[in-house]
Amino acid sequence: MGKPTTLASTPVLALDGVGKSYNGISVLRGISFEIAPGEIHGLLGENGAGKSTLLKILGGAITADAGAVLFDGVPTRLSSPRDSIAHGVSLISQELALVPQRTVLENVFLGGWANAAGFATPAADRRRFDELCAEVGFDLDPHALVASLPLGKAQQVEILKALARGSRVLCLDEPTAALAEAETEQLLEVLRTLAARGTTIVIVSHFLEEVLGIADRITVLRDGAQIATEDASAHTSDSLVRLMVGREVAALSRTPAPLPDSAPVVLKAEGLTNDRILDVSLEVRRGEILGLAGLVGSGRSETLRALFGADRISAGRVSVSGVPVRRATIRRMIDRGLALVPESRKDEGLVLRRTTAENIALPSLGGRQIGGIVRQGAEASAVDRVVAMVDVRGSVRHVPVGALSGGNQQKALFGKWLVTPPEVFLIDEPTRGVDIGAKVNIHNLILDLAAAGTAVIVVSSELEEVMALSHRILVLRAGRVVAEFPSPADREDIMSAAFL
Amino acid sequence: MTTDTATLPRRRRVDFKDFGILGGLLAIVVYLSLSTTTFLTSQNIVNLLDQAVVIGLLAVGATLCIVSGVFDLSSSATLAVSAIAGVFLTTQFGVVVGFILALAVGAILGTITGTMIVITRVNSFIGSLAISIIYRGVAIVLTGGAILSVTSDQLDAFRVWALPVLDGVSGGTILFAVTAVVLGLVLWGTTFGRRVYAVGGNEEAARLSGVRTPLIHISVFAINGVCAAAAGMVLASRAGSAQPSLGIGMELTAIAAVVIGGTSILGGAGAVWRTVVGVIILTVIGNGFNLLRWDTTYQQVVTGVLILVAVAADSWLSRRSRRSRG
Repeated sequence: MGKPTTLASTPVLALDGVGKSYNGISVLRGISFEIAPGEIHGLLGENGAGKSTLLKILGGAITADAGAVLFDGVPTRLSSPRDSIAHGVSLISQELALVPQRTVLENVFLGGWANAAGFATPAADRRRFDELCAEVGFDLDPHALVASLPLGKAQQVEILKALARGSRVLCLDEPTAALAEAETEQLLEVLRTLAARGTTIVIVSHFLEEVLGIADRITVLRDGAQIATEDASAHTSDSLVRLMVGREVAALSRTPAPLPDSAPVVLKAEGLTNDRILDVSLEVRRGEILGLAGLVGSGRSETLRALFGADRISAGRVSVSGVPVRRATIRRMIDRGLALVPESRKDEGLVLRRTTAENIALPSLGGRQIGGIVRQGAEASAVDRVVAMVDVRGSVRHVPVGALSGGNQQKALFGKWLVTPPEVFLIDEPTRGVDIGAKVNIHNLILDLAAAGTAVIVVSSELEEVMALSHRILVLRAGRVVAEFPSPADREDIMSAAFL
Repeated sequence: MTTDTATLPRRRRVDFKDFGILGGLLAIVVYLSLSTTTFLTSQNIVNLLDQAVVIGLLAVGATLCIVSGVFDLSSSATLAVSAIAGVFLTTQFGVVVGFILALAVGAILGTITGTMIVITRVNSFIGSLAISIIYRGVAIVLTGGAILSVTSDQLDAFRVWALPVLDGVSGGTILFAVTAVVLGLVLWGTTFGRRVYAVGGNEEAARLSGVRTPLIHISVFAINGVCAAAAGMVLASRAGSAQPSLGIGMELTAIAAVVIGGTSILGGAGAVWRTVVGVIILTVIGNGFNLLRWDTTYQQVVTGVLILVAVAADSWLSRRSRRSRG
């Protein structure tokens, strides 16, 4: 496992066997490393490796249930963001914790404004603000509204806020994901300046070159375990990818049925473009399972939503069975035989307050009515058939679907589209947050549907899942298709295409 | 992370909520029956039902709006404009045509309200409040601020909604009962009703399931407009006339009745029968204060407390069910 390199000075922050599990499932275990004052420490790993969990533990957003966090050698319990702030740790997430309608000055001192008997004394805040800006070399207008700032500047406000409350350790989660190149350069420069004056920085980023360019040391996580903590200078992008992947691909019980050469193309997209994806072209054949791989934010989900008519496209076109679809709307796509299992069943997939039966019946309501009145008998038998097919356990008619387990909710979400099996099934994160049993069921369901002739496009943050299910894999990066691999593909090749 | 535990339905909790509101009504009825000699007389019951008609019509329409996730604060203004138009059209085309055209005016106003809110994407609460101010202005412009009456020879036919028609029961009561039954069935048993629940429960999920969510919202506003017009014609029928300040503030009482009945203000859950119970509770409380000769000032206090309890119960129950989901 990890071989912690020794530090010259006393570590400002040390982790000793830190672990976290949810309902007995370990998501992080045995994390032990030390960080010196003024060090920039890169935290690397695939989607779901545990980076964000570790950052949240440091930020006090979640509490570790094993091991210890030590500040200046003293074991400390971090049970709330308040605790972390008190120990000088600030967590800067991708969603900034600022009040956009208020000024830069007010935000920098958010909640801790200088005051005399409760009356704000902005002049004192202003002096402190000018000092801080001079110290780190920021050029910020204290009276500008945060809402009017570009993202890079807003991040600087967040950093100043952290410094204003005396933070010694800054934890940044994907700080450059949404920044333009020039802004990224600027931010990295700021981080170097901060480190030079003694602030410790923990940075999570998907951009390996970026991390190698700035970090003193790196820690690689994989499946919640620490794989290595080493000097950054000893690594290249390639060696990091090898560390992050390095796992035997778990064999799924089944593989997709072989695809006959004669299988016709069912869905074809050419040059799909909107503000999230650029010139995405793809096609999928009858019975084929096409996997979309890529990092979070690479445009995988956006591609599915654009195909389904859920997001507008500014250019490009979609054809179903050779017939182009004009002005694609969701209704029109459903009529053409498309179906979408969206990324978040809670926000986009299910009406949690209604029953499983009502949720399953919703997309196909129009097919079981006489003059607008629901044919209750036809609905009941359709629902029963689907429930048997996807194996939802629990009361289907008397309890809101929100009261079922994650696995059963996910099966209900699939069931919505199986009253009449779709021609093209777009599946975003087929098994997010479900237990292993439900996962196997859902995988088998997808393989069965494809074997029966449905064309499937599957998106997953779990590369294993994409690799195991797909006949063919497209890799997306920054909204574009950057590589295509036939199955079985090499894991490392896919990762390289996604990361580099 | 989720597990397969904690999935057992808690039927008793749901049932408690269902019966809670009926039990509450029953308790009040029993108390008033025992403590007064006048409550349980057919004359009092007939009066009581007649008093429930106007708020009832507004509340039944508001139920569809709230279940679909929107509020319509313009309904009482729609009521006034429709009633004024209805009285005018009655003088021109007679009682029957006038009534039907008044409902059409309500439908058109509701459609306008809904369309504005869907297109501008403003919060329905504020959007419909603004539109209600516009409609009240229109009502004043239409009448020049005056009272508009039907002609004296029309008065007997026009007052059909105010007068007893069946065993002493007023025409208005029958109108309310029919409306409640029809809309109750629409919400419960039609594809439209299912979509209303889905849109109110999770608009994005409904949209991704192929439901045309803007159309659903415009439709519930239109239906609410028709209900408001019917309520307006009942009020006009009682007075034989209509004027711009008709029904001011009633939209809030209607929403209160919906909430007391147990329909969720968060959308996606509720029923028309609940609203009918809520309306009757509000009316019976008013009636009880009169019969017991209690100071009616406290009636407002009781009503306010009732609304708070109903809303708190709803948010408590929805928090509970969210937690049990893990």
